[in-house]
Amino acid sequence: MDLDALYQEIILDHYKNPHHKGLRDPYEAEVHHVNPTCGDEVTMRVHLSGEGDVAVVEDVSYDAEGCSISQAATSVMADLVIGKTVPEALAIHEEFLALMQGRGAVEPDEEVLEDGIAFAGVAKFPARVKCALLSWMAWKDATSQVLGARTNGVAAESKEQS
Amino acid sequence: MRPSRDHGETKGELMDGLLPELEVIRADFPILTRQLADGFPLVYLDSANTSQKPQVVIDAMVDHLERHNANVARAMHQLGAESSAAFEEARDKVAAFINAPSRDEVIFTKNASEALNLVANTLAWARGPLEIGAGDEVVITEMEHHSNIVPWQLLTERKGATLRWFGLTDDGRLDLSNIDELITERTKVVSLTWVSNMLGTVNPVAEIARRAHEVGAVVVVDASQAAPQMPVDVVAADVDFLAFTAHKVTGPTGIGVLWGRRELLEQLPPFLGGGEMIATVKMERSTYAGIPHKFEAGTPPIVEAVGLGAAIDYLSAIGMDNVKAHEEAVTGYALEGLSTIKGLTVLGPQTAQNRGGAIAFEIDGIHPHDVSQVLDSRGIAVRAGHHCAKPAHKRYGVQSSTRASSYLYTTPAEIDALIEGLEYTKKYFRVD
Repeated sequence: MDLDALYQEIILDHYKNPHHKGLRDPYEAEVHHVNPTCGDEVTMRVHLSGEGDVAVVEDVSYDAEGCSISQAATSVMADLVIGKTVPEALAIHEEFLALMQGRGAVEPDEEVLEDGIAFAGVAKFPARVKCALLSWMAWKDATSQVLGARTNGVAAESKEQS
Repeated sequence: MRPSRDHGETKGELMDGLLPELEVIRADFPILTRQLADGFPLVYLDSANTSQKPQVVIDAMVDHLERHNANVARAMHQLGAESSAAFEEARDKVAAFINAPSRDEVIFTKNASEALNLVANTLAWARGPLEIGAGDEVVITEMEHHSNIVPWQLLTERKGATLRWFGLTDDGRLDLSNIDELITERTKVVSLTWVSNMLGTVNPVAEIARRAHEVGAVVVVDASQAAPQMPVDVVAADVDFLAFTAHKVTGPTGIGVLWGRRELLEQLPPFLGGGEMIATVKMERSTYAGIPHKFEAGTPPIVEAVGLGAAIDYLSAIGMDNVKAHEEAVTGYALEGLSTIKGLTVLGPQTAQNRGGAIAFEIDGIHPHDVSQVLDSRGIAVRAGHHCAKPAHKRYGVQSSTRASSYLYTTPAEIDALIEGLEYTKKYFRVD
């Protein structure tokens, strides 16, 4: 069993020093996702600017508790999506999802996934795939909540804390 | 010096309480010879999750399917008679195993969860003295498995009753200091686990049952972790209902047991409706069979009952007192070994006294999933997560833990492998 394929240095680095951690203002949607089988939890806030195809992910902030894989995946994801347009970020999400569901047979594209390629080995450990995907699912959920609120004409104003 | 894995037997002979001829017992469990990835021998420390099965259980089930298979109670042919006899014989064995006053008080369910849900649901439907209403209270504990929490939440929500619970002390025991405030004239049900699946704590069931009976409450005991590792006597414990599951007592999955006091079972309404649970059916209404069949609608888990019967024979031949002594010895040895690991904290009692074989722990700086992943790469099977006991984890301020759980086939050498594996895990994640 190739543990080192699972626990790449990049993953352990992100685990020990997570990027973009902490909950910040402003944000338009906050979600809480859990992995009921293992108890991993993430609270995630998404801040978007602009609308439709030109909506930009201005910030992703989070408070998370879980294993090295889920924590590192959250950190890498925030790195990848912040500053991208929503369609660009969704495309990266699709690419990462394909990698995770590829059972180790998918060759990751470093141009797109950057540090995310370190998760290629996780795909060979089916029990851990859900760890790597938890925060991506949370981000997608939060993002669609913001966009959904906007399309429905609901004022999606930033929730600044007083 | 800790013995290496090859010298476990030598160490075993020196340790008080270990089952004699442990290697002979291990040979009864074919799976224990499994080699896992990279040639590591299996070190199975997840028996609180499910136990492994001895050859006699496997053989009994295969023999039943090969030679005696038929439906029970309805088939009038020879095979039907054989199958019915085998099924009902399992009921006799269960009754003897828990010292039930009557075999009719033993009800086969799907698992322990269904057994507990059977009690909670039929109590919700009960009329008369057992009826639960607004203002009544159900008392559980903070160390319950989710399957002994959620059914009571459902019951109290449906009936407008109140759910209350015993808290836990810092050392992993039930906090009984407020027992007289918790168990009062309003208390209708007290439901608790005999042995915690997370903390390992053995609870003073008889003492709590005595107090509950003083106020006329019904006492329900989850014996899922107790039945595998200690003698269970429903008369001595003086409880009213007791649930356990076959797959943790070296039997198969798919069958659980509910024992209940006859007069209570007779007062409760049926649980599921269907074949076998009736006396007669007319289009307008039905009358119901007597216990236990009143609570066993549909074709029961027949071959599973045969397997459970063989498992009980197996454990009884070894002797539950001996199994208990073995568990205590191995648990004590494990607690001692774990205490040598820097940064490791055991959740629950720190000594083997009044403690079962499940040991949950955390290691500073390494998440339980990562601990179990690294252990697994060395053939060591443990459980990581909340072990279906989220409230108990919350009580101790942790989200999840790693749990090692031994059984009658566990050797001191396997505990050594665990300790070595944990030191390796710390090195792997560069934790001091």
